[in-house]
Amino acid sequence: MDWAEHLVIVPILLPLITGAALLLIDERRHALKAAINVISTIALALVAIALLDFANTPTATNGPATKVYLLANWPAPFGIVLVLDRLAALMLVLTSMLAIAAIVYSLARWHRSGPHFHTLFQLLLMGVNGAFLTGDLFNLFVFFEVMLASSYGLMLHGSGQARVKAGLHYIVVNLAASSLFLIGVAMIYGVTGTLNMADLALRIPGVPASDRMLLDAGAGILGIAFLVKAGMWPLGFWLPTAYNAAAAPVAAIFAILSKVGVYVLLRLSPLLFGVEAGASSGFGDSWLLVGGMVTIAFGAIGVMASQAKGRLAGYYILVSSGTMLAAIGIANVSATAGALYYMVSSTLAISAFFLLIELIDRVQDPSAGVLAITLDAYGEDLEEEEAEEEIGVAIPSTLAILGISFAACGLLLAGLPPLSGFVGKFAILTALLNPDGLTEGGSLSPAIWTFVALLVISGLAAMISLTRAGIQAFWAPIEGIVPRVLLMEIAPIAFLLSLCVGLTIFGGPVMRYMDQTAQSLHAPHSYIRDVMSAPRVEAPAPEATAPEAPATKTPEVAP
Amino acid sequence: MELVLAIGIGVLIGSGVWLLFRPRTYQLIIGLSLIAYGVNLFIFSMGRLKVAAPPVLSSAGAVNPADYADPIPQALVLTAIVIGFATTALFLVVLLVSRGLTGSDHVDGREPS
Repeated sequence: MDWAEHLVIVPILLPLITGAALLLIDERRHALKAAINVISTIALALVAIALLDFANTPTATNGPATKVYLLANWPAPFGIVLVLDRLAALMLVLTSMLAIAAIVYSLARWHRSGPHFHTLFQLLLMGVNGAFLTGDLFNLFVFFEVMLASSYGLMLHGSGQARVKAGLHYIVVNLAASSLFLIGVAMIYGVTGTLNMADLALRIPGVPASDRMLLDAGAGILGIAFLVKAGMWPLGFWLPTAYNAAAAPVAAIFAILSKVGVYVLLRLSPLLFGVEAGASSGFGDSWLLVGGMVTIAFGAIGVMASQAKGRLAGYYILVSSGTMLAAIGIANVSATAGALYYMVSSTLAISAFFLLIELIDRVQDPSAGVLAITLDAYGEDLEEEEAEEEIGVAIPSTLAILGISFAACGLLLAGLPPLSGFVGKFAILTALLNPDGLTEGGSLSPAIWTFVALLVISGLAAMISLTRAGIQAFWAPIEGIVPRVLLMEIAPIAFLLSLCVGLTIFGGPVMRYMDQTAQSLHAPHSYIRDVMSAPRVEAPAPEATAPEAPATKTPEVAP
Repeated sequence: MELVLAIGIGVLIGSGVWLLFRPRTYQLIIGLSLIAYGVNLFIFSMGRLKVAAPPVLSSAGAVNPADYADPIPQALVLTAIVIGFATTALFLVVLLVSRGLTGSDHVDGREPS
């Protein structure tokens, strides 16, 4: 068995090992910890790109390439499996790109404003990657909890009263949602007797009518848990406050967290309740469509109403989530493909915007407030003061660069040409106005028209609010305070925005990838087949000991 | 037995939800704990209730699965207890920090006037 076989588990193991190793290093050795973290994150990105390349390579049978990794060599329905397909690989790459930007940005100052930042950051990556890779519902819960537990720590990073207050609400909401998650998983297990997603998809058509209601109730409760994470109205009220309170690099990596909820719905909705699910086919689709559209409207109103830029970005996340949820609810291949493109583009843009906000706010308030809080909480350290002086020089024409980045973020979030936000929205609109089978003489339902209108209006709301915020930031200070911005802080923003530019330039190949992803999501035969028929690895040499142990083990317990 | 268990779960979760809507952080954490207990019992009941049936096969050879309890919900409950315990401890720390920073155990950090 060659090393490439084990590449699938690396996105989980690498952050776990790095995070654990960083615990052993003394907290005062900032540089060493930071270096290890950056190297590990970049290695993770390389692995993710290699996996993406693997998932995109057509196999001999010309089907979608699905890589199944049997943990502890248990055959599929009994043990936990990791499944890598196009969607999972895409999300891994997106996560690692955000992680690189956030970690480099935090090196300028944030990583020293609280203990164990690097460990928590790596564990968060482990939880997110695990949630993307796992093919087992309960294992998904475990990775969700790993992700949430470290996000609680990161949320409070830097301390301060506002952060603790918002963090308290954030933790309570997510703990309650975790309970719902467990209830949903338990009900589904009680009805079907399995937790493996592919096995579930096989068993759902055969569920007797008397149990059908229990199954739907379980799926609904499970869905509520994911919708809380994705921030669907009215479950997303906590999101703008919490993200606004978090430190800038933390908020930037949190941009992926709401997409984890969206990802799970994107994975499970077509797999479990697709066209072949019998009586439950299409369960929840209309709820997702309506809920997504209300979320877009709510987000757009919030965008117009917000004064603080952090809250503004929080409401963009709601708009982005709402668009994704409504597109999942339509359950159409080309709408899903457009939504996937939109998701990548909007996540990158929101992440860049969170980083940019802190730099822009220095124009008005040169970072005195934040520094005062952190120094107050953790005491002054002479060594740190000296290190602070050594980091680079302020780059020239700061305001111009900030302004250009701000304008680029604005174009991306509002979905205007020439950047990738436009391509994403255009792809969704094309799919909506020209759905399969309605090309000639067909009429569109009122729901679709509402969705189209909301998409356009939310773009307008984004444009208005960003113009207003931009005028306040760049035209208001007549005395002209040029903020002190380090190259290390502007580079991650430029990196994220250039990825968006790259998405635009390579729009054709990227869109083809998204199309194939959407197709395999909506026709999950090969996913199910690959998972259920994944071969076990034979032992290299027969041992003399009796292999009778399995019966006493519990295969579903997460490691 | 089913009725007793169902009433027990209902009382635990109902009390927990009521406590979640209270304005004090102490009531929140008790409410979350009660919900966690209720959920754990609920998972347990999803493996069907059986009396005096071990979840572990005792010997090799022909066994009748009907004589044994379903082991998977027990494994799930075990994991859920550990995770619930860890997150509750984490929440407790945040609660204490909030109390220390604001001098109030109101969830919004200040006493209603």
